[in-house]
Amino acid sequence: MSLIHFQVLSAALFSIGVYGVLARRSAVMVLLALELMLNAVNVNLIAFAAYGEQVQATGQVIAIFVITVAAAEVGLAMAIILRLFRDRASVDVDEVDLMKW
Amino acid sequence: MSLSLVVFYLLGAVCLGGAVGVVVSRNVVHSALLLLVSLMGVAGLYLLLLAEFLALVQVLIYGGAITIIVLFVIMLTRVQEFRAMKDNPQWPLAVVAALAMFVLLAAAMIKGAPSETTRQSVSFEELGSSLFTQWAVPFEVASLVLLVALIGAIVIAREGGEE
Amino acid sequence: MSALETLLLVLAIFGVLTGLSVIVLSLIWLERKFLGRMQMRMGPMHVGPFGLLQPVADAVKLMAKEDLLSSLVDRVVYWVAPLAVFVPTFMIWVTIPVARDLVIRNLDMGLFYIIAFSVLSIVGLVTAGWASSNKYAVLGGFRAAAQLVSYEIPLILAVLGVAMLAQSMNLEEVVNSQSTVVYALVQPLGLVIFFIAGLAELGRTPFDIHPAESEVVGGPFVEYSGAHWAVFFLAEYINTFAIAALTVLLFLGGWLFPGISGDVSALGVLVFLVKTYLVILVVFWIRGTYPRLRIDQLMSLGWKVLVPLALVNVVITASYMFYGWSAWSLSLMSLAILGAAIWGLSKRMRTAPTPEYTVKLYVPAPEASNAG
Repeated sequence: MSLIHFQVLSAALFSIGVYGVLARRSAVMVLLALELMLNAVNVNLIAFAAYGEQVQATGQVIAIFVITVAAAEVGLAMAIILRLFRDRASVDVDEVDLMKW
Repeated sequence: MSLSLVVFYLLGAVCLGGAVGVVVSRNVVHSALLLLVSLMGVAGLYLLLLAEFLALVQVLIYGGAITIIVLFVIMLTRVQEFRAMKDNPQWPLAVVAALAMFVLLAAAMIKGAPSETTRQSVSFEELGSSLFTQWAVPFEVASLVLLVALIGAIVIAREGGEE
Repeated sequence: MSALETLLLVLAIFGVLTGLSVIVLSLIWLERKFLGRMQMRMGPMHVGPFGLLQPVADAVKLMAKEDLLSSLVDRVVYWVAPLAVFVPTFMIWVTIPVARDLVIRNLDMGLFYIIAFSVLSIVGLVTAGWASSNKYAVLGGFRAAAQLVSYEIPLILAVLGVAMLAQSMNLEEVVNSQSTVVYALVQPLGLVIFFIAGLAELGRTPFDIHPAESEVVGGPFVEYSGAHWAVFFLAEYINTFAIAALTVLLFLGGWLFPGISGDVSALGVLVFLVKTYLVILVVFWIRGTYPRLRIDQLMSLGWKVLVPLALVNVVITASYMFYGWSAWSLSLMSLAILGAAIWGLSKRMRTAPTPEYTVKLYVPAPEASNAG
C-alpha cells in the first residue's frame, strides 16, 4: 500500500464528483457531488503528508483549511438554494437562466 | 496481502460505492445518506494514513454538521411528494468527461510517482503548533471566512427581509 | 496483534455491552422509583420485590408489541435511522475508563473521539423524523436537531476548558491530574455549563421538548412502535449514563477518592459507580422539579447565555495559564462569573414579561364598531 493507491482512489472520487456536478439537475445533488470533489482533494493532501520524504504538518493543515472552507460554502449554498426555492418553487438548475443571453 | 491493504480495499469500496450511489440515486435523501457513508469511509482512509485528528474532524464536521444542513434543506425544498428528479439530458457527455478526467489524472499520477516511502504520522503537538505559528494568518482568515458565511447565510435565507 | 489480544479485546467489548445493558435496566427502575418518591407516591411495586423486575416487564412488553408500519414510509431509511442513533452511543464506550487501566482502548484523543461520535446520532434523529412521513415527526426531528446542534457548542467549549487544564485529551490523564484538587472546584462555571449542555444533549427535562407527548405528539419517534422505539429508549439511557460518567471523569475526579489509593481496581470501579449514580440522581431530581422549556426559550438559553459563558470560561482559563497566576484565582474568577450570570438571569426573570416574550394563546376578536 503506497502513495499511488491513495492517489488513484482520490482521482476516482474526483471524477465521480465531476460526473455528479455535470449531470444532476437538482441543485442539492450538485452540491453533494461538489462535496465529493473536495473530499477527494483532501485524501490526496493527507496522503502526501503521510508519505512525504520529511515529516511535516503542511498537508494536514491545508486539509483542515479545505474542510473549513467546504463547511462555510455548504452553509452559504444551502441558504441560496432555500431562497431560490422560495422564489420559484423549484431547485432545478436548468431553470435558473435569467442572466443567460 | 497485508492487513492494511485489505482494509484499504474495503474502505475504498465503501467510498467509491457510496460516491456512485450519490450521483446515481433518484431519491435526494438517499443521496445525502450515501454521501454520509462515503465520507465516513474517507474518515477511515485518514485513519489508515495515521492522521487520527483529521479523521475525527472529518467525522465531526461532515457527519455532524454538513449532513444535517443538507438534510434540513432537502426537507424544506421538496418539490412534490416523492417525485424523483431526472438527470440532465446530456449525461452521456458527463460520463465521457468524468472518464477522461480520471484517465488523465491517473496517468499523471502513475507517471510522476515518487520513490517508495513508508507512512509516517504527524504528531498532534506538531500539528497544533504549526497551525498556530506558521499558519496563524490563514487560520485567522479561515475564521473570518466562517463568520462571513454565517452572516451571509442568515441574511439570504431570512424571511421577509428584502434588502 | 496476537490471537490472545484479539480474544481479550472481543471479550472486553462483550463485557462492556452486557454491563451497559444491566446498568440501563437498573436506571429504568431507579428513575421510576425516585420520581415516584419525589412525587409522594410509591412507584412500581407489583412486579418483583420493590418493583425490581419492572424493567424486565417493560422490555418484554416492548418486544411483544406489534410492529406497525405505515405504507408511506421509506423502508430502508426507517430501518437505518434507529441504528444511526444507537451505534454511536455504544462506540463512545470504547474509550471511557471506569478505573485505572480498566478501559477497552485508551485513545490519546479520547475526549475528541467522544464528542465526534456523539454528534453522529443527531443525523439519526433527523432521518427518523423524516422517514416516518408524518408532519409532526418531521417537525419534531427539526426541533430535535436544532436543539442538539445548538447545545453542542457550549458542551465542546466546556470540554475544551478541561482539556486546557489537564494539557491532554486522554481521559486517564485528565483523571490523574485531578489527584490534588478536582476540577469542579477549579472550574465551577465549566461544570455547570457542561451539565446543562449535557442535559440538553440528552433531551432530558427541562429540555425534553422534542420527545414530549403533549407538545409535538412524541416528536420524531411517533411512528416507531415496540422494538424500534425500544432502541431509541435504550440509546437515551445509555447516553444519560455516558454524560454522567463524563461529568464524573472530567470534573469530579473519576475513580479517585482521598484516602483510597488508585491501585486497587475494584475499589476504583465502586467509587466511580457511586459518583456516577449520584450525578444521575441529580439528573432525575431536576426532571422531577422543573417544567419544560418552550423551544424558543430553550434556543435563547443556549445561544444567548451558555455560549457566551462558555467562551468566557475558555478565556479565563487561558489567561490563568498564560499569566501563571496562583491556583485559586481561576476558581474565584469562575465563581464570580457564575454568580454574576445567575444574578443577571434571576433579575431578568423577575421583571414583567415584555410583549415579545409572551405567546398569546387567545386573542379576542376585535369589536367591529360598525358590524351588521
